[in-house]
Amino acid sequence: MATVDFAVGIGGENGQGIASAGDILARIFAGRGLNLNAYNAYQSIIRGGHTFLTVRASDGPVRSMGDKIDVFIPLNQDTMDRHLHLLRAGACALYDREKIKPGVAAAGVQLCPMPMKELAKGNKLAANTAALGATLQLLGIAAEPLEAAVTRQFKKKGDAAVAENIAIARAGYDYAAQNFKAFPWQAPRRPKPLGVITGNQAIAMGGAAAGVKFYAAYPMSPSTGVLMWMAGHARKLGIMVRQVEDEIGVMNMVIGAACTGCRAMCATSGGGFALMAEAIGMAGMIETPVVCIDVQRAGPATGVPTKTEQGDLWQVLGAGQGDYPRLVVAPANQLDLFQTIPELFNLCDKYQCPGLVLSDLLISEGTASVDPGELDCNVPIERGELILPDGNGAAADPSSGYNNRAYLRFKNTASGISPRAVPGVPGHIFVAATDEHDEDGTLISDEFTNPHTRRMMVEKRARKMQGALAELAPPKLVGPENAAVTLVGWGSTQGVIREAVEKLAGEEGIVAAQLSIKWLVPLHVAEISRILACSRTVIIVENNYSGQFARYLRSETGFEAHGHIRKYDGEPFMPHHIVEAVKAQLAGQTRLSVPVHEVNA
Amino acid sequence: MSTTIAPPTTVPASAAPAQLSKETYKGRIHPDWCPGCGDFSVVAALQAALFELGLPPHQILVVSGIGCSSNLPGYMNTYGLHTLHGRAVAVATGAKLGNHELKVICTGGDGDGYGIGCNHFVHAMRRNVDLTYIVMDNQIYGLTTGQVSPTSVKGMKTKSTPHGSVENPINPIPLAIVGGATYVARAFSGKQKHMVEIFKGAILHKGFALVDVFSPCVTYNKDNTYQWFNPRVKILEEQGHDPSDFHRAIDRGSQWGDEIPIGLFWRRTDLPTLEDLEPVLHDGHGPLAWRKLGLSNEQAQALIEELL
Repeated sequence: MATVDFAVGIGGENGQGIASAGDILARIFAGRGLNLNAYNAYQSIIRGGHTFLTVRASDGPVRSMGDKIDVFIPLNQDTMDRHLHLLRAGACALYDREKIKPGVAAAGVQLCPMPMKELAKGNKLAANTAALGATLQLLGIAAEPLEAAVTRQFKKKGDAAVAENIAIARAGYDYAAQNFKAFPWQAPRRPKPLGVITGNQAIAMGGAAAGVKFYAAYPMSPSTGVLMWMAGHARKLGIMVRQVEDEIGVMNMVIGAACTGCRAMCATSGGGFALMAEAIGMAGMIETPVVCIDVQRAGPATGVPTKTEQGDLWQVLGAGQGDYPRLVVAPANQLDLFQTIPELFNLCDKYQCPGLVLSDLLISEGTASVDPGELDCNVPIERGELILPDGNGAAADPSSGYNNRAYLRFKNTASGISPRAVPGVPGHIFVAATDEHDEDGTLISDEFTNPHTRRMMVEKRARKMQGALAELAPPKLVGPENAAVTLVGWGSTQGVIREAVEKLAGEEGIVAAQLSIKWLVPLHVAEISRILACSRTVIIVENNYSGQFARYLRSETGFEAHGHIRKYDGEPFMPHHIVEAVKAQLAGQTRLSVPVHEVNA
Repeated sequence: MSTTIAPPTTVPASAAPAQLSKETYKGRIHPDWCPGCGDFSVVAALQAALFELGLPPHQILVVSGIGCSSNLPGYMNTYGLHTLHGRAVAVATGAKLGNHELKVICTGGDGDGYGIGCNHFVHAMRRNVDLTYIVMDNQIYGLTTGQVSPTSVKGMKTKSTPHGSVENPINPIPLAIVGGATYVARAFSGKQKHMVEIFKGAILHKGFALVDVFSPCVTYNKDNTYQWFNPRVKILEEQGHDPSDFHRAIDRGSQWGDEIPIGLFWRRTDLPTLEDLEPVLHDGHGPLAWRKLGLSNEQAQALIEELL
């Protein structure tokens, strides 16, 4: 059975209820069991500006915002002017006939002017609700789920608001039935209802499942959603959540809590991460497990706060002075974020080092459908060689550990891992210092400086990563090794590259393979090198200007890619961007493609 | 659905009563401060205060930043964290919230606390975190060999102000009083017995306690020496100062010159601490750090329901 794959695009000013309309549609589609992806292209402004939200749904897999819009809802003239030219035959545009002039649409586009003032009964903010009603009519979806979703969305505003919005939605629904032609297909339905989740929610839930007891943050787009989830759930779940004076304080507080034995986490964006860098090195030096998520946005400096980019790779690779072990991981999507956080905590606890997660605006603020069965909160929790008090009241000398050297916090072991006690445990007194120190914590940075001990301690810490690498799943090539082209990506581009690979095969007859790199440090150099050595043409796809991953790959493996596809305009890749670039590169036209985001500026 | 937990190694929690002496609190490393440094007096007074209070060493965490005085945790026989320049108070706040049953004492210098770390200092005070913050204030950057500090007196000649500092110094006492600290005191390395009493009061105080200690740098500060301080310092407790009098506390804390008060300027005991105000710490499960991890089935189910 062929799948039905459709997308609704809603645009207007911030404050016109675009996000809430998107939430309503996402809930309705997911409730029908459809896979979905919702991406909101918005601006850093509370009211005004231009926002365009795309909700794509299908009974087949949905891994990106896709390439097309089927239902276009411009809530203002500006949106109409920017996007109408992108509609293709078969699409519909729903708009206020009194306020918005359509302009010239492609042949086969159904223009659907609506008397919004009349349908919304004078409520100037409810045009979106009337348009939602019409949308469901065109998609062949019954009105009842809309009423349920509207009720859910407006219940905080009271019964009157719920009743008013239901009536408006219904009016839009009925108006479309009488005046517009429905799609020749219907929005499909699958038996099992799905949930919807943003990446930031997934990060926070993953942290909660991992047993995070301390979460600190300074608000920074696009990471703030994690803080809001944590703050909202803190008391129910027994998590200490703090909004701190700055990101320096955030990371230092997180480390303080982690030193006592808490699982502790924070999330930020590139600017905040920059402030945390020194403290991340401290976590490496005093061998304290912490998890920090950098939700990347377009930089440098304040950059474009509401736009996506994969521009922080080298910042994260270079965070903190000196050499120290750390884990760096770039999950691919919302579900991957949820599953990666607990896994990373286990590794950080075991290897007593910081764990850094590279997310980005695309997947952190983007919404995906999720099968509730896949959100397994019953995750294994492995804390490594951690020494906690047992609480049974047996005797241990409260002053022992440091002076009598009965406990060596930084013991030089074969694995590099030293059993870790926490303050409060009798018999294990130690001092953890960011100065270089001996196995027992004695500073060797001044009076006891000793090149042999320094070397030993550097090597002890570094050795931990050998064990860690063996535990990380090596990347796998999806597709044949002798494919015409191998597309390499990292993190959030996994979904769109996969769809591009399918399009290349289905529409262009080009056999492509995909290699997604998730674990960046330590890196599976041998396996990656082996795969790339077998590949015919390797093109690296990434959402930044300079090819940060391409550079990293070359520095670690010596491998130089044959071509590059890069985008740094703030918007994510769409599948056709990659398809067209691959075709141009295979035809020998260029080795560097920078797809143009087609919206009218 | 039950959460899998690989149990960590555990050690008996409550210790058998051991013989504590003042020596118990002394670390086996001898301080590497310059002979005559005021910090010797501070570490000795802190060890004496902890001994006199009978606090078990394993339940004490001393957190420092970076600088000469911040080497102090290594000279103690208690748990210690020797963190980054300026960050001790932030790390200590996290540690206190992670295990609120610990006695957490922060130590550092004037550059560490009032310069690079001033942001954390100010916010810890308004939060009234239950910390004791001891600042060894020598009005100079010693470890970097003698540059101006946030508490250097205006006009002071240092290696970075060869023509004399033109900036006004921070006065930490009124800053702390208006900043929300609930125990604000000053001590002097030349009056160690008095310092022990001030420390004991600070450690017993529930809330943020600042003790600014005049701890002369005998190598780089030739202006504010023992000889300079000795005739000037006057003990508030001997002058009948009422530490509950806010305006008087500000006045006495602002005094500088021929008479410089030391002792307890300001104390209030009617405010809850940050830990008191966080219900998460008071649900009967002990310190966050030692709690069972993972979600209950009910919690997990409720989270998933939110997504549907």
